Amino acid sequence: MKIIVCVKQVPDTSEVRIDPKTNTLIREGVPSIINPDDMNAIEAALAMKDANPGSEVTLVCMGPPQADVALREGLAMGCDKAILITDRVFGGSDTWATSNIIASALVEMEYDVIFCGRQAIDGDTAQVGPQIAECLDLPQVSYVADIKQNGDTLTVQRNLEDGYQIIEVKMPCLLTCIKELNEPRYPSMGGIMDAYQQEVEHWTNEKLQIDASLIGLKSSPTKVNRTFTPPAKEPGILVPDADVEEIAKVYKDLKSKHYL
Amino acid sequence: MNTKLNIHELVPIDVNDYKDVWVLAEQRAGVIMPNVLELLNEGRKLADDLEVDLVAVIAGGSVKSQSETLIHHGADKVIVIESPLLEEYTTDAYTKVLYDAILKYKPEIILIGATAIGRDLGPRLASRLNTGLTADCTKLEIDKEKRQIRQTRPAFGGNLMATIITPDNRPQMSTVRPGVFLKALEKPERTGEVIMEKPELKASDIRTTVKQVVKHTKKIVDLPSAQIIVSGGRGLGNAEGFKLIEEFAEVAGGVVGASRAAVDSGWISQDHQVGQTGTSVRPTIYFACGISGAIQHLAGMQESDCIVAINKNADAPIMRIADYAVVGDLYKLIPMFIEEFKKDPDNKNN
Repeated sequence: MKIIVCVKQVPDTSEVRIDPKTNTLIREGVPSIINPDDMNAIEAALAMKDANPGSEVTLVCMGPPQADVALREGLAMGCDKAILITDRVFGGSDTWATSNIIASALVEMEYDVIFCGRQAIDGDTAQVGPQIAECLDLPQVSYVADIKQNGDTLTVQRNLEDGYQIIEVKMPCLLTCIKELNEPRYPSMGGIMDAYQQEVEHWTNEKLQIDASLIGLKSSPTKVNRTFTPPAKEPGILVPDADVEEIAKVYKDLKSKHYL
Repeated sequence: MNTKLNIHELVPIDVNDYKDVWVLAEQRAGVIMPNVLELLNEGRKLADDLEVDLVAVIAGGSVKSQSETLIHHGADKVIVIESPLLEEYTTDAYTKVLYDAILKYKPEIILIGATAIGRDLGPRLASRLNTGLTADCTKLEIDKEKRQIRQTRPAFGGNLMATIITPDNRPQMSTVRPGVFLKALEKPERTGEVIMEKPELKASDIRTTVKQVVKHTKKIVDLPSAQIIVSGGRGLGNAEGFKLIEEFAEVAGGVVGASRAAVDSGWISQDHQVGQTGTSVRPTIYFACGISGAIQHLAGMQESDCIVAINKNADAPIMRIADYAVVGDLYKLIPMFIEEFKKDPDNKNN
């Protein structure tokens, strides 16, 4: 089988802090990681490879050259090939343009199944997976929490807020994975050593030849009009060294203001 | 253009050809989801600002009966798309019938709930329409002169707010998380028009088969509509700590929430998670117990009317946004709060 995993390198948003004086983001020292849901996508791909000996797993990532690091981590986990789609002309792409670009690369490749993470923690949109599926005219299942394979048919569990659906889909197809699907494996020592010997292919637009109307900041339908840090709130009531009496006072206060 | 890709030809559009605000009314088993009422409330304001109609669009097996509720909650028109092939949600069928309806009626704005289904359908639809989709908006405003919707959303795990516009493409599409906007009030005197659409849909258009739909039998953690939420975080120290949180929530008549740290530690299931990657909430009162206030948590609860934070660290970020920052050992303080609730004769939960 030919298996593709789309991954994104993201800043670890749980490590981001706000400077309380300037109310701006402190970006320094924030580590870059493979997007968490994408780790589950990698594990799903590797599990499928394990079950289908002779399969090949290819990692695909769009990002700046330093995203190589994320791809090497995926190689160390056991993926076979890694492709970084990277070009300045792709910069500033929104989800529509990003999926056009990734799909333009995937359409040049062979695949039975494409795995994506549900969403990336920096944008939280959950849009690129389904939009790649649309560009490739593939059936999709998102929020995948379980996968069973029977020949060229996959039976997957798609989680909903109040339950789940069991869905059958024939390959080729695209699945977006959630945390509940699996526990990502750790890279082996040998895998880490090997990963640094392997080549990460860089695909630029010279290779892909995507029309300018489909890519980049200028062609993206959505534009960022303004960004700002959420305004700081008025300070509330501080209750230091709280005791029974203080709590009784807070309770009374909450009642008198009709919060309780 | 890469002809191998399934992308419709890009044709310049005249934004003036598009009008009306649409709300996609998601239903499960023929009944609209509660968040549709929130979309109608917000959509009504946008439609009034633009002086156009608010149209609710509902697709399903047999869903016409929902029209009255949609009209009573603000819709001027309801477009009903019925087919036995729409009985269960499938990406292919729903994308096709809604795409066809959008081409026919040309709405300028479409609001979609950021539910598991809305987030499956929205991107696919936006891609097919070659237009923009802004996810998880928390504020929507109209720039009337340009007939643009200004969509504000958290980014970077809630560290940053971004206002997004879709200047040259139509429709302008947004998803909105459940619980972010208030629900529309019911006005039984409201009347509206119901339009029945006959979709062109064949079984062969649908490439996935829904074999089974399972509803959780356990009680749903209804965070979005909770008026009182009692949340626990890493400061609890262990899974046992949630027993105290549960006791607190029970006596307060509230729902148990949790921070990502507590969920990631395996102390409580993910359906309790409040925050940017969990559920967004805006209760009347939010008790944050042992939650330091990672920005991604704050992004999902800072709209609460009143925040009471109980934390041993007076400098924790949660204390800066709390209305009451109670400093101390939560294992001593929570029982004191529980005691207050218990001895309150007005408390219905005793």
